[in-house]
Amino acid sequence: MGARDWLLDDSPASRVQADLGRAYRMGMALLRNPLAVIGALIILVLILTAAFAPWIAPESPFGQDLANRLLPPSQQHWMGTDELGRDIFSRVVYGSRITLLIVALVAVISAPLGLIIGAVSGYFGGWTDRFLMGVTDIFLSMPKLILALAFVAALGPGIENAIIAIAITAWPAYARIARAETLTFRSSEFISAVRLLGASHFRIIFRHVLPLCTSSMIVRVTLDMAGIILTAAGLGFLGLGAQPPLPEWGAMISRGRTFILDQWWVATMPGFAIILVSLGFSLLGDGLRDVLDPKHGGER
Amino acid sequence: MGLATEGLNLRRIGGSIRGLGGFAVVTALTFLGLLAVTFFIGRVVPIDPVLAVVGDRATQAQYDAARVAMGLDRPLVVQFFSYVGEVLRGDLGQSITTNRPVAEDLARVFPATLEMATLGILIGVLLGVPTGVWAASHQGSWIDQVIRVFALMGYSVPAFWLGLVGLAVFYAGLGWVAGPGRLDIFYEGLVPTRTGLMLVDSALVGDWQVFFNALDHLALPATILGFFSLAYIARMTRSFMLDQLGQEYITTARVKGVPEWRVIWGHAFKPIRVPLITVIGLSYAGLLEGSVMIETVFSWPGIGNYLTQALLNADMNAVLGATLVIGSVFILINKISDVLYRVLDPRSR
Amino acid sequence: MTAPLLEIDNLRVSFPTHTGRVEVVKGLSFTLGRERLGIVGESGSGKSMTGRAILRLVRSPGRQVADRMVFDGIDLQAQSERAMRALRGARISMIMQDPKFSLNPVMTVGAQIAEALRVQERLPHRAVRARVLEMLEAVRIHNPERVARLYPHEVSGGMGQRVMIAMMLIPRPDLLIADEPTSALDVSVQAQVLDLIDELVRENGMGLILISHDLGLVSRYCDRIVVMNAGEVVESCVASELNNATHPYTRGLIAAQPRMEETRDELPVLDRSAWSGT
Repeated sequence: MGARDWLLDDSPASRVQADLGRAYRMGMALLRNPLAVIGALIILVLILTAAFAPWIAPESPFGQDLANRLLPPSQQHWMGTDELGRDIFSRVVYGSRITLLIVALVAVISAPLGLIIGAVSGYFGGWTDRFLMGVTDIFLSMPKLILALAFVAALGPGIENAIIAIAITAWPAYARIARAETLTFRSSEFISAVRLLGASHFRIIFRHVLPLCTSSMIVRVTLDMAGIILTAAGLGFLGLGAQPPLPEWGAMISRGRTFILDQWWVATMPGFAIILVSLGFSLLGDGLRDVLDPKHGGER
Repeated sequence: MGLATEGLNLRRIGGSIRGLGGFAVVTALTFLGLLAVTFFIGRVVPIDPVLAVVGDRATQAQYDAARVAMGLDRPLVVQFFSYVGEVLRGDLGQSITTNRPVAEDLARVFPATLEMATLGILIGVLLGVPTGVWAASHQGSWIDQVIRVFALMGYSVPAFWLGLVGLAVFYAGLGWVAGPGRLDIFYEGLVPTRTGLMLVDSALVGDWQVFFNALDHLALPATILGFFSLAYIARMTRSFMLDQLGQEYITTARVKGVPEWRVIWGHAFKPIRVPLITVIGLSYAGLLEGSVMIETVFSWPGIGNYLTQALLNADMNAVLGATLVIGSVFILINKISDVLYRVLDPRSR
Repeated sequence: MTAPLLEIDNLRVSFPTHTGRVEVVKGLSFTLGRERLGIVGESGSGKSMTGRAILRLVRSPGRQVADRMVFDGIDLQAQSERAMRALRGARISMIMQDPKFSLNPVMTVGAQIAEALRVQERLPHRAVRARVLEMLEAVRIHNPERVARLYPHEVSGGMGQRVMIAMMLIPRPDLLIADEPTSALDVSVQAQVLDLIDELVRENGMGLILISHDLGLVSRYCDRIVVMNAGEVVESCVASELNNATHPYTRGLIAAQPRMEETRDELPVLDRSAWSGT
């Protein structure tokens, strides 16, 4: 009870207390939203699965066993086996690593890129702003998937190139958000105060502007994750993303396409994994937005 | 699907609109940007375009001659502007797979995509808008939650997977719809091509058998595309409606004794019609893009299928041409919905 | 005229929060004839919620209960939603605070006024139009034909509020609730709008509930005054006897009003410890 009071204190004594209190209140608000909790659980399961794949998967994702090819789901093979006799469940489990790697790398590349471009644009204004936002708008008004496809076509198929292509098409949305956020407090008192203290532009942007953009950024990135997963799977499906024998879910569906009428499980099972994980990110993102965006948010 | 325009809201759309002159400049710049991107992509291709023309066994002299003939020895800027000039003249180069001009190929395949996407957006709008309004007017209830999860599904299901499962269930399993392709094989070529839209062409000559066969083939892919736009439109409609339902003028209407259905459709819905047009435009453009995956699954002879075939054959002229066309349509729809917003909203007059 | 127009006994309005339901109106009671009653209080005192509760328009998750809520012999709490709609506008009406937000931005002024009439009576198109123009003239709009075609963002705040009055009075209600009708307006037009409300209410023999935070204004336009604080009634008196008010909160409010012939250097701040006990 003491800890709770300390967290909910109206006048926190330190920055740490204020931050923790805010996190606590947000966490509590999130917990009241059952759909967001489900989303968070799904993502937790994804991370755990990726981390402990060798212990969870009953078989190797690459071990071929032609005698047992295309077996329907059973006690022994929960999701059946594919055309090379590999256990689909094991491949789906290992596939979670690839999915997690893709979303993490895309987020790590595109979010900071967009954040910095947007913050610089909003902070300096004038011609810097006009130029950077012009470029951003041009990218924003182009179809992302097509652009990613064209980039991969140029760079050559493969998981690294797929990640780069997706990241190139993902940053403009973040730049827009970061700029909008920056504009709202660019002329505020505390920024002037920091400037008066002699802080450099670099320091102001990195220490004071960027941290304030993060919450809306987290929401947006979480919501975008589903789209990133789908694009990556789409590239895999077209044979432009992760290459065989990597157990990437989209590529697995592509392999199962030939057997869809008779051995439906080969193509459908990885699809369920994609849906589940994408839905998890969407639900969590939705819940986060309700908590962080006061306009749509609940009671606070 | 590239329908990630979540952050869009009333004010943002309003704020992004400048004068009509500015609009033309912005549109032109956006097109130029698109050209720059496709040009850049064309340049970074690891495939040597000269080698593709002269072949492996050409001598260095032959190679250099071809290089000069193709204009690849000039500075990049010059090459870019000559590229822009070519595109403006409608010259998108030759496809190495079909051995025809890319522009000709695209004109042939585009109507198929347009037909599917148009049917898809109709489904999306007719079902999505009422669904979103319904969810908003029951905010927080279980109906709202069900619609919310259903709409989020639209963001989480891979289009190509849904297509495969749809084919397996409704075509192979239940036999409710026709299979891949635009027509059954024995209906092919019965109707002269005028618009390239199968439904229109067959209706023009009054061949209803072809018409219904085409509809049969369209039903499943268009419904799947429609589901994605439904999800997006419903979500945006809900959020716009919630904005409006929280406004003071809604209370005014209730004070007047206006019945609830009229409060919703007559009052709250009116101001959101204009931003909804923008959303529908974006969704339509998104469907053109989303059709890439669907067409691959349904062997639909549209621009998406053409693009993926070109991708797999490393046919760069075709890839860039298709990218350019889809990108241009995307930009155009974007900009048109911006203009419509300006014209239709009484507050911006 | 002997039976009261509105009787309210022990009205409570509550909203859920993290720490359970919080009452914003705690047991409000009053009786109203065809007279002018003022409800005064600071923001958050529950006065606006009272207005909405009379119309049964407290939106969920808010909840309202009362021991008795009778309007002209009709038990408001026993009415179906449909029956309430027939009462709203037609018999009880409410003028809202800020015309910038309370008028539909994409409907013309004329259409909005006409709607108030149409939902209550079936009249031919021409008759509706005539009534709308007549009503606009009654609220001192000199060019009704033109104004009826305007959108809300094209009229000034004062004119917007007159449009609001026209809209709320066109079905000829018996009771008018005015919820801070002038607080969003320029000082110069406040008096005009209040005089207009006052005049129309007297002419039509209606009851008026004027909700405001401005004690002076309420005492000028009302016969009786109810002072609310934190959801409770702390004072109820005839307007002319306001200066004899006994409750420390009311006394504090009176003392905090600036006067023309002021000699005080500082306006006193409300000392809340006198009545709230904290």
